[in-house]
Amino acid sequence: MIDLSIDVTLRQGEFVLSVRDEASVEVLGLFGPSGSGKTSLLEVIAGIRRPDAGEIRIGDRVLYSSVNKIDLPARQRHIGYVPQDALLFPNLDVNGNIRYGARNADFDSLVAILDLQALLNRRVAMLSGGEKQRVAIARALMTRPSILLLDEPLAGVDRERRDVILPYILRIRRELHVPLIYVTHDEAELNSIADRVLRLGPQISTTA
Amino acid sequence: MSAETWTIARFTVLMALTATALVLPPAIAIGWLLARKEFPGKALVETIVSLPLVLPPVATGLLLLWLFGRHSPVGRALDAIGIEVIFTWKAVVLSMIVISFPLVSRSVRAGIEQVDRRYEDIAATLGAGSFRILRTITLPLASRGIAAGAVLGFSRALGEFGATIMVAGAIPGRTRTLAVGIYTLVETGREEAAWSLLLVSALLAFGAIYVSNRLVDQKARP
Repeated sequence: MIDLSIDVTLRQGEFVLSVRDEASVEVLGLFGPSGSGKTSLLEVIAGIRRPDAGEIRIGDRVLYSSVNKIDLPARQRHIGYVPQDALLFPNLDVNGNIRYGARNADFDSLVAILDLQALLNRRVAMLSGGEKQRVAIARALMTRPSILLLDEPLAGVDRERRDVILPYILRIRRELHVPLIYVTHDEAELNSIADRVLRLGPQISTTA
Repeated sequence: MSAETWTIARFTVLMALTATALVLPPAIAIGWLLARKEFPGKALVETIVSLPLVLPPVATGLLLLWLFGRHSPVGRALDAIGIEVIFTWKAVVLSMIVISFPLVSRSVRAGIEQVDRRYEDIAATLGAGSFRILRTITLPLASRGIAAGAVLGFSRALGEFGATIMVAGAIPGRTRTLAVGIYTLVETGREEAAWSLLLVSALLAFGAIYVSNRLVDQKARP
């Protein structure tokens, strides 16, 4: 279960992104058109980008608070982040990528859940878009994150392969019970996975 | 090849290799700092780092002569612990280091700037600290830039003349490098011997440029 409280303001070039939400769900969908700040919000939660003001909490843990001058560095936040283009380290093979941030997670069962056994010794340049996403998800899950942030995991994958990847994500939810924040601009995809949706746009609104 | 030519060539290559090995750690540190960090006085550091590139090498040599001579605190401190630099092989290496440093650090910096920062961000979300990210992600991904810098630095060190003749002199068998050797042989009317040193210099330069270009070619390919 995610117990996320977020209230941040982030200046993004011309416009200001302002998000306020409290969620206690297993999968929070983040929905909005391109340029609405979905990726920026994930980066703020992951600690890669600093907001201009506000507060982010997971349960009792304050990750960021401009009032109390708290800004936990990304490496101490324990948040798994899978960017849209996976960003696998090109100098490491699949095995090296998955084990990079390992913190006692069960490697074998993760590899089994994400069906990566046959890919372990491959170079990352040889992987398809969907395979890269699965490796990036495994790499993030190996750190036993308190939340996994998935930024449009199906965006770089062709239509036919989407139906193959989505079940893996649903399996993570079902078998590992890792709370997810799932970004997409595809409403149908969102309905199949999210318990609740946070909509980003020029006006911020939330729907239960 | 005469024994004299062979001795000078071997000595020069050995000194240039030593200088390259010694210049890499500080050049990587400064290159990383300038590529990735913002700090007060950054412009000043950038200028100081580039200075030996534009200053006449003889002037740099004069500065080193003063700095490591017995009249400066550094020279006196080294002298007190029994380390003599001026007019020894150490002065040859020192000149090569100082003169090649700007080239190596610039190449390292360019190599690091080409590494997508988002890889470093992802490594941080996976729990890695700055040093681990540098060691496992940034430097391996910038390795061609670093290797190209090392080859460039080695080539520059091979041809170093101005600073070397000031701080190390041209002592046969002790501090005489290819560049210094060519000059002194011509000066003493031994032009034929100078020509054989020239031939060795040309072959070494050819090899270094060839390797450097190959590295740049590989870098350009996806």
